[in-house]
Amino acid sequence: MKIIVLMKEVPDTYGERTLNLETGLAERGATEAVLDEIGERALEAALSSAEKIDGSEVIVLSMGPATAAATLRRALAMGAAKLVHISDEKLSGADLGLTADVLAAAIRRIGFDLVITGNLSTDGSGGVLPAMLAEILGVPHASTLNSVEISAGRLEGTREANGGVMTVATELPALISITDRFPAARFPNFKGIMAAKKKPVEMLTAAELGVDSDALDNPRSIMISVSEKPPRSAGTKIVDEGDGGKKLAEFLVQNRLA
Amino acid sequence: MTTFPDDSILVLVEATPSGEPAKSAAGLLGAASGIGTPVALIVAHPGRGPEAAAACGALGAEHVLVAETEAATAWLAVPAADALASAADLVRPDAILISNSADGRDVAGRFAARTRSAVAVDAVGVARDEEGIVAHHSVYGGAYNVHSAPTFGAPVITVREGAVDARAEAVEPAVEMLDVTPSGAAAASIELFEEQSVESSRPELRGAAKVVAGGRGLSSEEQFALVDQLADVLGAAVGASRAAVDAGYVPNSHQVGQTGVSVSPQLYVALGISGAIQHRAGMQTAKTIVAINKDPDAPIFDIADFGVVGDLFQVVPQLIESLSARKE
Ligand SMILES: Cc1cc2nc3c(=O)[nH]c(=O)nc-3n(C[C@H](O)[C@H](O)[C@H](O)COP(=O)(O)OP(=O)(O)OC[C@H]3O[C@@H](n4cnc5c(N)ncnc54)[C@H](O)[C@@H]3O)c2cc1C
Ligand SMILES: Nc1ncnc2c1ncn2[C@@H]1O[C@H](COP(=O)(O)O)[C@@H](O)[C@H]1O
Repeated sequence: MKIIVLMKEVPDTYGERTLNLETGLAERGATEAVLDEIGERALEAALSSAEKIDGSEVIVLSMGPATAAATLRRALAMGAAKLVHISDEKLSGADLGLTADVLAAAIRRIGFDLVITGNLSTDGSGGVLPAMLAEILGVPHASTLNSVEISAGRLEGTREANGGVMTVATELPALISITDRFPAARFPNFKGIMAAKKKPVEMLTAAELGVDSDALDNPRSIMISVSEKPPRSAGTKIVDEGDGGKKLAEFLVQNRLA
Repeated sequence: MTTFPDDSILVLVEATPSGEPAKSAAGLLGAASGIGTPVALIVAHPGRGPEAAAACGALGAEHVLVAETEAATAWLAVPAADALASAADLVRPDAILISNSADGRDVAGRFAARTRSAVAVDAVGVARDEEGIVAHHSVYGGAYNVHSAPTFGAPVITVREGAVDARAEAVEPAVEMLDVTPSGAAAASIELFEEQSVESSRPELRGAAKVVAGGRGLSSEEQFALVDQLADVLGAAVGASRAAVDAGYVPNSHQVGQTGVSVSPQLYVALGISGAIQHRAGMQTAKTIVAINKDPDAPIFDIADFGVVGDLFQVVPQLIESLSARKE
């Protein structure tokens, strides 16, 4: 079974993330870049399923700047067999439509039984990309799964939606997106880190995938303005001396909040 | 055949398991009415259409398209995306508004990819200028305001649940049954659906005016009941940090933050929550923030309007007592 995991490099959410007020793009370099945690969980799901199914292969696919290569290597150290990295200046600031076209073209080229993505990335927080990919690829899409059982040719998972919990199923090939209810990822060990150095990394551009990033015949979503909101500041802080609850009650009542 | 107004805004109304418009419908139709004529599409079980259509009218939909089908409870996303494609063909709207829920995002993604439409996600508001429809976003946990627009064509916009306060006036809608052309796209099947018991009379987290949230500091599922008690005294919804969800104190749906629900209430009370940046991302646009934490250096205090450094198991019972005493 061939499993493609979609991962991306994102600004570390533990740092202050900044947007460039002129371009509206994330300031790379303003904070440390890391693998998106949800992508790591997706890779963990792929690796642990692959361990149970003979002849499985896990390939990581990412679209992002060339500088992401070092971060992405961690996925190889964790156990992925190969990395496909689409890196192209022309794709900087790509909207969802263009991103979906490029990733779908790469997924087709690699070939797959299963594609695993995160449900929401921590920078884009779009959450529509997985469904867009499924539509373009013409495969079923089981989204926002909290758990999954994968066997050769079929999968079944649970998800929460519309005020309930549902069990969903599909034959393969298919695409799934997972939530952060999935187990956290394994840490790369020394052996993995050494092995990663010998694993293949394929670099691709949009043109090599047959996608014209300059084409104007499809509508694109563009940012027309970006502004910064003033940061919040701290207010009153008291230390409880046995009457903290009473003082807090007074604050709430005075501010008509209770 | 009905003709639809030039400024039509097509709203996909999600239906609850019992067939009524989902909570998100009011905000979506309210947002639509601010930028054009709201036209609702509801995908209903056979026979349930008329009732659902009337409910959409009460929320301000001037036209309602009803697609009656059993497929929507049997297959994920595709039946609704097919209905939306047929509706958009008929209405030729200026924009399509969909709830930014798990299901809404799936339909938005499939529809946008199929029709090559521009997509704007997680909008907290919409507007119209000379050039067309503009979506307003609050990104990086509310640190930035971003406006986006399509280069041309009708954008597909997913709207954050509970973010739009505007409500449209009730109208008597023009109702029409919609013929849906199936796309034949492959879909995952829904094998089983279990409705989660609706929790007491407590307000829903999304869009709540007050939220009391608990974190790892509550220490156990039993002790998390203290959060519920304070919430009930304040008439608030219950939220939680990811650590509290991971530890099993509360179900998933209560998680506030970057990967959970984003809230902007009048009052947010954080109990035993350190205030990690990913948690703050989902609540720091609250009007007033109150925090109780025994660690004076907890980052939650950096954004709290009123902070109490202390043991929540001492402070909260006293707070509940004081508030209850005032009520009597
Ligand atoms: C990609 C990513 C996404 C994430 N998304 C989210 C998200 O959506 N939401 C979210 O919440 N987190 C999220 N997190 C996790 C986040 O980083 C923190 O780990 C989490 O918010 C911590 O939860 P907490 O504050 O309850 O726990 P802790 O950080 O352990 O804090 C517990 C606090 O309780 C206090 N305390 C303990 N006992 C008492 C007592 N008796 N009285 C008073 N105070 C007490 C302690 O002083 C401490 O400050 C995400 C992380 C990543 C990497
Ligand atoms: N540039 C990208 N490269 C690879 N995968 C991506 C990229 N953008 C989004 N994804 C995948 O799509 C998921 C949802 O992302 P988003 O739509 O940005 O919230 C992520 O968790 C990834 O698995």
